[in-house]
Amino acid sequence: MGKLLLVWRLTTKDLRHRPGEAVLLLLAIATAATALTLGMALHGATNNPYAATRAATNGPDVVVTEIPGGPGNPGPVNAAALTRLDHAPGVVAHSGPYPVTWALVRARGLTAGAEIDGRSSAPSSVDQPKLTSGSWVRPGGAVVEGGFARALGLAIGDRITLGRVSFRVVGIAVTAAIPNYPGVCFLGCEMPGSLGNYNPGLIWLTQTDAERVAALSAEPVAYFADLKLSDPAQANNFANAYDANTSPRAPFLLSWQSIRNEDATTISNDQLVLITGSWLLGLLALASVAVLVGGRMAGQTRRVGLVKAVGGTPGLVATVFLFEHVLLALCAAGAGLLAGWLTAPLLTGPGAGLVGAPGPPPLGTSAIGLVTAMALGVAVIATFVPAIRAARISTVSALGDAVRTPRRRAWVVAFSARLPVPLLLGLRLAARRPRRLVLSALSVAITASGIVAVLAVHATDASPGFLAPNNPQNLQLDQVTSVISAMLIILAVVNAILIAWAMALDARHSSALARALGATPRQVGTALSVAQIFPALAGALLGIPGGIGLYDAAKHGGSTAVPPVSWLGAMVLGTVLVVAVLTVIPARIGARRPVAEILQAETA
Amino acid sequence: MDALILVRARGLRKEYGKGEGLVRAVHGVDLDVAAGETLAVMGPSGCGKSTLLHLLGGLDRPSGGELWLNGRRTDQMGERALARMRRSDVGFVFQAFHLMDELTAKENVELPALLAGRPPRQARRRAIELLGQVGLAERADHLPSALSGGQRQRVAIARALANEPLVVLADEPTGNLDSAAALDVLRLFEVLHLSGMTLVIVTHDNRVASAADRVISMRDGAFVDELLTSGTTTGNLADFARIGG
Repeated sequence: MGKLLLVWRLTTKDLRHRPGEAVLLLLAIATAATALTLGMALHGATNNPYAATRAATNGPDVVVTEIPGGPGNPGPVNAAALTRLDHAPGVVAHSGPYPVTWALVRARGLTAGAEIDGRSSAPSSVDQPKLTSGSWVRPGGAVVEGGFARALGLAIGDRITLGRVSFRVVGIAVTAAIPNYPGVCFLGCEMPGSLGNYNPGLIWLTQTDAERVAALSAEPVAYFADLKLSDPAQANNFANAYDANTSPRAPFLLSWQSIRNEDATTISNDQLVLITGSWLLGLLALASVAVLVGGRMAGQTRRVGLVKAVGGTPGLVATVFLFEHVLLALCAAGAGLLAGWLTAPLLTGPGAGLVGAPGPPPLGTSAIGLVTAMALGVAVIATFVPAIRAARISTVSALGDAVRTPRRRAWVVAFSARLPVPLLLGLRLAARRPRRLVLSALSVAITASGIVAVLAVHATDASPGFLAPNNPQNLQLDQVTSVISAMLIILAVVNAILIAWAMALDARHSSALARALGATPRQVGTALSVAQIFPALAGALLGIPGGIGLYDAAKHGGSTAVPPVSWLGAMVLGTVLVVAVLTVIPARIGARRPVAEILQAETA
Repeated sequence: MDALILVRARGLRKEYGKGEGLVRAVHGVDLDVAAGETLAVMGPSGCGKSTLLHLLGGLDRPSGGELWLNGRRTDQMGERALARMRRSDVGFVFQAFHLMDELTAKENVELPALLAGRPPRQARRRAIELLGQVGLAERADHLPSALSGGQRQRVAIARALANEPLVVLADEPTGNLDSAAALDVLRLFEVLHLSGMTLVIVTHDNRVASAADRVISMRDGAFVDELLTSGTTTGNLADFARIGG
């Protein structure tokens, strides 16, 4: 009990003695914990809205499609082929088949692809889209799917042109039978010519109007039908059983579960980015904590010696060191969970393609456990080595505040002798602490990966072959990636300052000595920047494949455009420049102190 | 300015703090050091002799007074000019050696020459030559951690000579050494003295002081006595005795 009390007292006193460092540690870990919480909170966030939309529209359990085109199915399709399933075992209700065609839509100066669903003016028994505004289809009047309408900026009364025919928007509706824009083609599309470049959105017309658009544009006509099953939970099995027939003329069936999952793509992309981002932030936090803890250890050697001198065991010293950071990690995990839970609703909105609210973020025990484990992992991994070192250092050395001998790299010393003074000193400084160099490069690489991922999003948006104006998936992905990148940049700036500061402190003696031997303050300052530039350059270059890989993973499929070389070059140069500038601050502060004062302090 | 006078100080002051906490580390010092002269500065700990040495070498800035080195006013120089002056005109020897732990003896010695922009080969040749002069040719490839205190100080002396300075400023050069090592260092200073090098040595060691042309005693930041090796007292010994008593 007495020992616990002692650990508690030493921990709290040290935290109070260094509030700034404690806050920085807390912030670094909490940022990663928030991102991970957000990622976990998004899991299944669209399930509720999809269920609400399905209920509101009497959504189908299975959608059957018969699409012309392809080598085995070249001619017009036979709508009657779909009706055979109306009376299949397990089917209790049906609607359709409806003619479906594709055309270019022009509205408000934008051109997009559209899938046109020809429907009766009368409500259908299965899959009657739920109007969120306006009225249902009538001759000359089009109803636009909510997500697509928002992307094109359409409102009731606007005029749109489908192929060569003009229509007035009379309604905006949602459906559970076809995935939201831009996932419409999940059910299959046949869009020859320039239409093939688009990911279309959904528009409902009367059957007559749909067929007229198809005829005037010479586009193919497909047929979709909707089925209700006696047991909706068996929809997957039902669809799979029919889809096992690989005949080209056989219809293609999709279950409501598959459509729900496709609707969740936007959120799941966000989730993937957030979870990946949270691990990146976790790594960055690890680097921050390692630098801070290393710095604290260097500054606390004498204190460790004092604790040992008055009878503290190595175990006690290590426990205090670990406990302090575990305590901070637990607080950071709590703060991250709360922040993530509170901000999750900003990302879990169902969008305009579904109705209903997502409900409170689902944060179960496993999510809380994972976030806490991540926070504790960061603290323990970063603290373990310094804690063991503190435990093992001899009392006399600790009281003498012995500084770890820097690493010697003979080839660096020999090579740098040929270089100008700032490079000579910078290279030698960099080679003194290789672990810090790796941490620095890792920190920059993680941040650069985030930036490159955002650039890849923009490059993909701008690249041909993926035309979906104001694609909500990309917009939200872009937004989430930007938020994660901003968090990465903030943590990286903190890291860069911490690393530069730690390096300046560590190099205090050798820098002062170099000045005593004739190096100018500017040469010494530049050397500190140079020492940071090498890992920054390596990190920025590593960030290029890292970021492209990150975006590729987040997209899980589809093409990923590599950002132009000029963008990547600017990123690398910008990163190196920012790091160099950040390093100047501690270098300038260090240069202000008279050489004699530093040299005397070091020997005091 | 007399061409023979290499270092000149007039009314030199260095103060720390303000008001009641004001500390006068160096207080109105007038000093002339002739070229080729060896000057020892003695006095109790905290009397300001190390501070004086730092001011003379441009490692610290005076609070007042005037300071010349080789005819150039140094108290008004910018940091860059001071660095250049230290590089070319001054060699330092510290009590704590101040060698770079990760560099070998020869790499430590060649460093000032590299900072001065000398070609690496020339710097290396000079370093090895100087290490030979201080009797450490065999130890040129050793790290400081593998050298004794006396050997480290000899490396530091070699380093101080790397750029052929006008003056070597030594701060308690034997302070961290045992008698035998101190004697080795002392012999080196004698050699330097005989070769015509200008030396200013801050020391507690009477043996070091006895080898000097002139010994100045300091107390509370000011000179209180000046003794020529001939035995002539140029200052006021009585005052010094009174203060010391």
